[in-house]
Amino acid sequence: MSKFWERHPFWSLIIVLVIAVFIWAIFAPWPSGITDMFGRKKVFLNALFSGVTLGALYFLAASGFTLIFGLMQNVNLAHGSLYLLGGYVGYQISIATADASGNVVNYTFWWLLAFVGAFLACAIFGMFLQYAVFRRMEGDDLKQTLVTIGISIVAADLMLWYWGGDFYTIATPQWLAGPTQLPLATAVKSSGDVVFLKYPSVRLLILVAAIVIGVLMWLALNRTRVGMLVRAGVDDRDMLSASGVRIQRIFILVFAFGAGLAGIAGVVGGTFQSLAPGEDTSILLSSLVVVIVGGMGSIPGAALGALIIGLAEQFGSVYLPTYAPVLTFVIMAGVLAFRPQGLITSGR
Amino acid sequence: MAVVDHKTFDTNDADKEGVSEPSRTGVYWAVGLILVILPAFTGEFILSDIVSRILVMGMIALSLMFLAGYGGMVSLAQLTIAGVAAYMTAVFGTSAITEISIGLTWWIAVPIAIIIAMIFGTMVGALSVRTEGIYTIMITLAISAAFFFLANQNYDIFNGFSGINQVLPPVFVGVNWGNTIPFYYLCLFLAAVSYALVLYVSRSPFGLALQGIRDNPRRMAALGFNVTAHRIAAYTFASLVAGVGGVLMVWMNTAISPGAVSIAVVIDVLVMAVVGGLGHPVGAFLGAAVFIILETFALDVLETLGLPGERFQLLIGIGFLVIIFWSDDGLLGLWRKWRERSAKRDPLLGDLEGDGK
Repeated sequence: MSKFWERHPFWSLIIVLVIAVFIWAIFAPWPSGITDMFGRKKVFLNALFSGVTLGALYFLAASGFTLIFGLMQNVNLAHGSLYLLGGYVGYQISIATADASGNVVNYTFWWLLAFVGAFLACAIFGMFLQYAVFRRMEGDDLKQTLVTIGISIVAADLMLWYWGGDFYTIATPQWLAGPTQLPLATAVKSSGDVVFLKYPSVRLLILVAAIVIGVLMWLALNRTRVGMLVRAGVDDRDMLSASGVRIQRIFILVFAFGAGLAGIAGVVGGTFQSLAPGEDTSILLSSLVVVIVGGMGSIPGAALGALIIGLAEQFGSVYLPTYAPVLTFVIMAGVLAFRPQGLITSGR
Repeated sequence: MAVVDHKTFDTNDADKEGVSEPSRTGVYWAVGLILVILPAFTGEFILSDIVSRILVMGMIALSLMFLAGYGGMVSLAQLTIAGVAAYMTAVFGTSAITEISIGLTWWIAVPIAIIIAMIFGTMVGALSVRTEGIYTIMITLAISAAFFFLANQNYDIFNGFSGINQVLPPVFVGVNWGNTIPFYYLCLFLAAVSYALVLYVSRSPFGLALQGIRDNPRRMAALGFNVTAHRIAAYTFASLVAGVGGVLMVWMNTAISPGAVSIAVVIDVLVMAVVGGLGHPVGAFLGAAVFIILETFALDVLETLGLPGERFQLLIGIGFLVIIFWSDDGLLGLWRKWRERSAKRDPLLGDLEGDGK
């Protein structure tokens, strides 16, 4: 980080300033002039939290995508299908023991099991794809990408066939359903009481879980032997395989893990948004933009990109309603114009 | 008539190995003749809902084919560029949404629309050529999605979800070009011109340089070619083809809505181009023909296969996968493979016999 400061003093200053403004806006009570310009602080804080939690969802989806891309140069355009499949599988598990009125005994257990089940289902599907399909066309990037498009068309139609066009939402366990009061003031009443921000607990939990997964992934990549092999594969897979590593196993492992993450993201998305045909493309596109902005093949890049895109979407929809999608696009275009390799580059 | 058609194709089959110029010219004449006299013995439905659509979607797939086949850049933004031209035709021309449409006559509105589409396409090119190879797909897909969401949510220019309707083709030299048969000839003429133009450009010095850049950008740069400029210029040219296709698209449907530029249709255009084959401009029209005929008759095809009728996407997806697995270059590749297999080969050199070697 100190190197970045030395090389780009100007940009560092701007980043520090932006962060400082954000921190001030989060903690300080807003003077009336700013309230007039930007609306109430509660709206701002809500957009901020929604942006960060949306970023958590995007991170879960995009980190698998970027991992697969970084190692195998495979632009997996079926990633959205894996997300939707994970969501549907999670939904089925969560209602597996439901009685006629939809009540589930011990729901928290089944809800957590949904994550495990979605991870396993997508991981197995991913392993199958890598073993049966992509292994046969290694090195032919375009062909692999076209095949993933074909798979996503077929998978989308099969899922539509089985689950239909309805919206599904995975219910939140009782103890997470309510809001949590955060120690952040949104307003001060005339009586002098401070009003604190309330925010859905489940979203906060998922944010924490995404951060934990991100940190674990970073540790696994940087502190374990398998992680070392994966990083070596990202840098030069031919040399790695020439030095006696069974690279196909690593490919299958990474593909399974990336696909499993997409499945977990599907359950998360099903919990705080909803599942329906078409969600697969929309999450795929978000992952694409996140990965383009963050830097292709880099996990920290995916985290940064997800945070930026999540915040941009939420603030955009609050403050610039009709131009929100363009804001995301402008960010992407700006990054491409000035830093085509993405904000954080991986490996070499 | 049918007998004569058959004969022409048989002649072509007979000397398939020689690929002598006269036979190819013969095929051109035959196909051209059939297309020109087609309205005489087909119904309104086939002409407007199948053949005209094939020609229009084929033009958009053609612009994708030009970039992918000659430039090595698989751009998924071509339908979006056509969509820009379509929306701009509606905005600058006349439509039912009088608050948005400026109401210029068609011979001013259409060139403006195509020029804006070309500017947009050039900008897309300038952005996406900054990264290489496989990244192009990701970036252009993201751009297409951004445009779709913008058109869906913006009511000032794009009229949101419902889009702009009543965008009618002009009445010019006493002909209402919106009628089925004149519109068919308009599509046929413009598709033929685009086809010839793409072939011409691919053989021009620019096209040859572009193909050189596709095969080895570094060497071309060392030879003094400006790689980036050539790639961006390729986008500009492809945008011209896509833009003309877009104008025809809005006239064909007499409306444009975000659904026409959605990701599903973007993927459809890619499927058309890839299924047809990226090696030759005819592949784009071939792919569009297969796709649209399948789409129209999917219900019957699926029911004969014993599947529910609404599983069209499944059929397309599986067909797409089969083509990719079995052929390097779509239907054209299959045709070439079949020709080579049926020809006698020199046992030592592997050359085709009678190749003049």
